[in-house]
Amino acid sequence: MLQIQDLSLNLDNKPILRNINLSIHRGEIHSILGANGTGKTSLAYVLMGLYRPTSGRIMFEGEDITELPVHERAKRGITLAWQEPARFEGLTVGEYLRLSRERGGGSISPERCLEMVGLTPFLYLGRAVDGTLSGGERKRIELASVLAMEPKLAILDEPDSGIDAPSLDHVVNVIRTLAKGGSSVLLITHHEQIAEIADRATCLCAGMVLKTTNPQDIVRFFRNHCRECLHINRPEEELVRNI
Amino acid sequence: MSETSDRSREFDAIVEAYERSGGDPSALLDGRFASLVVSGNKVLSSNSVPGVVLEGQETETGVRAYVKVEPGTKVPFPVHLCFGVLPQEGLQEIISEFEVGEGAKVKFLAHCFFPNATNVRHIMDSRVHVGQGAEMEYSETHFHGRRGGTEVVPRTQVEVEAGGRFRNQFKLVTGRVGRLDIDLEARLMERAVCDLEVKVYGKEDDEINVKESVYLDGEGARGLVRSRIVVTEEARSEVLGEIVGNAPFTRGHVDCVEIVQGERAKAKALPLLQVSDPTAKLTHEAAIGSVDKRQVQTLMARGLSEEEAVDVIVEGLLK
Ligand SMILES: Nc1ncnc2c1ncn2[C@@H]1O[C@H](COP(=O)(O)OP(=O)(O)O)[C@@H](O)[C@H]1O
Ligand SMILES: [Mg+2]
Repeated sequence: MLQIQDLSLNLDNKPILRNINLSIHRGEIHSILGANGTGKTSLAYVLMGLYRPTSGRIMFEGEDITELPVHERAKRGITLAWQEPARFEGLTVGEYLRLSRERGGGSISPERCLEMVGLTPFLYLGRAVDGTLSGGERKRIELASVLAMEPKLAILDEPDSGIDAPSLDHVVNVIRTLAKGGSSVLLITHHEQIAEIADRATCLCAGMVLKTTNPQDIVRFFRNHCRECLHINRPEEELVRNI
Repeated sequence: MSETSDRSREFDAIVEAYERSGGDPSALLDGRFASLVVSGNKVLSSNSVPGVVLEGQETETGVRAYVKVEPGTKVPFPVHLCFGVLPQEGLQEIISEFEVGEGAKVKFLAHCFFPNATNVRHIMDSRVHVGQGAEMEYSETHFHGRRGGTEVVPRTQVEVEAGGRFRNQFKLVTGRVGRLDIDLEARLMERAVCDLEVKVYGKEDDEINVKESVYLDGEGARGLVRSRIVVTEEARSEVLGEIVGNAPFTRGHVDCVEIVQGERAKAKALPLLQVSDPTAKLTHEAAIGSVDKRQVQTLMARGLSEEEAVDVIVEGLLK
């Protein structure tokens, strides 16, 4: 359903993404692992339309969406949960979830979306999506709003970072629910256990795809070579060949 | 035509305008609510309740109002005030005095509407005295037509005695004003608290001036001055939020957000902090400029166009 073809991105004349080729299938959970600064968020932004790629193409359900603005991509069923979601003064959680559901054409109620991310609806629906929410609460509300859209492609940028351990089960549950409902999920994460729920996984380094294969092999490689990497963005060819 | 039926017809018209602007008209008719309804320079109704005296006296150009809350009275329902000018032109000068007795607690809900204005001047000159340990909240919402033919000039002098609380909210986001010139000054004694908030949406060639000053004269007094202003088209806004810490352990904060939409609107923010006691602590934050890009992108990723996203953000800010 999504084909990323020879995609490159330069920012300030610096190569950030290099010649990425990747396909995501319908209903697939696809993990992206990579050390800090390897281009994961940049890839998410290019797919959502927040960055224009320097070269390459993005095909979505057979349509070239490379030049489409953000909201046109959203209308076609693509959405993004930010790593650090924005705050809104005066916009309530209920309003945010309702507008997400309406625009995305989803069918799950705001109450149910909140329950799914482990937040008690009556405590949160009337609260503002502003600075009074903790980081973890805001991130769970972001995930709830993605669920409310029931998108065709959910790009989740570290939905598990800043979330306490007991709530991780909720995050996993939501991802599985999305996939069961037919959504594809591009899951950017640092957590090995979360990455392993994927159908396939990709390891990113220096803005390049090192390898795409089953999540167990990618997680093992990531654990052995990326977790405590001292040469971020300078991959060792030999190792990559043997993943 | 008798004067009484004239007045009752005008009262009906005001009640209708009040309802159209989102007010609950039953509050103006229900005897349990203290209320005062003024149209132009006519007092159309005034209702006092136990512990709350409301008097309105007609003048050439408006009304002289006197509001007194007896000491210790906790007023269970909000006091409704209604000021309107229904014709296209006119001058309405409201000179009022609010006396909230020691330990009393009261909330005022004021609605002001000028639906047909092309040339209306609305002047409010208020003196407010909040007694020791008393609490007063005053919330004023304006409803204007689309022609911007009003000049709204609220002048307020507030004194809050020791341990008293004063909260003021001014909101003008429906229709457009023309010219708004707010000048509020509050003096706070020991441990008194005040919280001022202004929300305005300026359109076309609206001119918005807000000046709010809080003097923390008593030990431990605290003040918050908040403004949220959006200007579009050729509108201009200027906000001066001032806090003066004159006494030990006083605390104050100025929080100003002004959003400028489009190329020609202009905004200016002037936070002004002054301390004359070394233990006073004042802070300010001001954000002025266009709508936050990340907020817009977030809503666009939910499927809203850029314009729709900006509308949602602005609506939230001015809510
Ligand atoms: N707007 C930008 N301008 C220039 N460089 C950027 C910009 N955004 C990110 N980068 C750089 O791109 C690289 C990848 O960043 P990012 O995609 O955020 O990585 P990750 O999400 O994997 O941690 C980093 O070196 C970062 O400093
Ligand atoms: Mg990142």
